[in-house]
Amino acid sequence: MSKLEEIKEQLKNYDGEDLRFMEVCGTHTAAISENGIPNLLSPKIHLISGPGCPVCVTVTAVIDKLTELSLTENTTVLTFGDLIRVKGSKMSLADARAAGGSVEMLYSPMDAVKMAKNNPDRNYVFAAIGFETTTPVYAMVLENAIEADVHNLKLLTSLKTMPEVIRWVCKNTNNVDGFIAPGHVSVITGSDLFKELSEETGLPFAVAGFEGAGLLTAIYALVKMKGHSGIKNLYKSAVSEKGNEEAAKAIDKFFEPCDASWRGMGMIPGSGMRLKAEYAEYDAGSYGLDEDHMPPGCSCSRVLTGEISPDECPLFGKKCTPEDAHGACMVSTEGSCYNYYVSGRKKR
Amino acid sequence: MCVALPGRVTELNGTKATVDFSGNIVEAEAGLVKVKVGDRVLVHAGCIIQTMSDAEADELEELFMEIEDL
Repeated sequence: MSKLEEIKEQLKNYDGEDLRFMEVCGTHTAAISENGIPNLLSPKIHLISGPGCPVCVTVTAVIDKLTELSLTENTTVLTFGDLIRVKGSKMSLADARAAGGSVEMLYSPMDAVKMAKNNPDRNYVFAAIGFETTTPVYAMVLENAIEADVHNLKLLTSLKTMPEVIRWVCKNTNNVDGFIAPGHVSVITGSDLFKELSEETGLPFAVAGFEGAGLLTAIYALVKMKGHSGIKNLYKSAVSEKGNEEAAKAIDKFFEPCDASWRGMGMIPGSGMRLKAEYAEYDAGSYGLDEDHMPPGCSCSRVLTGEISPDECPLFGKKCTPEDAHGACMVSTEGSCYNYYVSGRKKR
Repeated sequence: MCVALPGRVTELNGTKATVDFSGNIVEAEAGLVKVKVGDRVLVHAGCIIQTMSDAEADELEELFMEIEDL
């Protein structure tokens, strides 16, 4: 029997105490559903999705500010894909565009600099959301804007970092036996980021890639390490202990840690990044965007912390579907509700 | 925003890279890491964030070695 077959057999036949492992990263949530991983596990091993989908954890005050800016004369809001359909307290960026607002979706972040340079009389606001993986991308945009002497491009930042929200989940939910650590965040930060967290929480962490074998091996490692702290890097082809130091330098140049407001979780001290004071001229008004209004009946907050499974939300699949999403977790392709819906995944 | 699996750099023009994801060709910024044509890379939000070792075939073996002590 191959090692992978052996791992699969052990995970399928596991008969110990119930275990709950959280995948923090939204791309892991998608990969777990796409690979049908839950069906390969014993009913006693539960995978729960955590707060690692950047669009899902963005509070409505940020969306409201972006829609307001998009409807402001001579101003265009630039954003990556999913955010455009997330509802604020009144409307989404897609609604704002239908109402005459100016919103452009970007694939390449450098297009933001190009657009601003080519249209010097127009103001551009880049919706800078994301985790440690995306923050260096915004740093690179700023570096390029400054180099090109562009002053009509600003960032509206809602940037988050992983360690404090993981601490928050451990402290406030107490229902996790181990973490599948976010693969792409680890590429930037290095696996060392999770060492301290593991020691502090007494829980195991496995850094994993996004292919089926890697994910199964990570779950197997967590089962074996249950009840103990410890870290296993199972994505060594991309993740080193120290991470991408160039990217870390780029982040340090422009950004500094700050308190951040999370959808469904409220303010978490030290869990975000903001522009340093010397780059304030590139900020589009990010300070104080902390309020969050969940649509009536929406359980995003309990889904994001793993308290309930997406299909336990009363709106799931009824009033809330990918075509007509009420909560952000149903909008994003990295959202847990979206992934449960499209893959037919159920609470086990 | 993430493309979970690596692609391969087929062209490089300054900091602009062309990356092949199993036939799906995309343009990506190469400003955050040093890359060369032929590298396997991870792309996030239109940027290359990492180059990966080329020993694709050995990855499973490495994975299992890592958990040998468990």
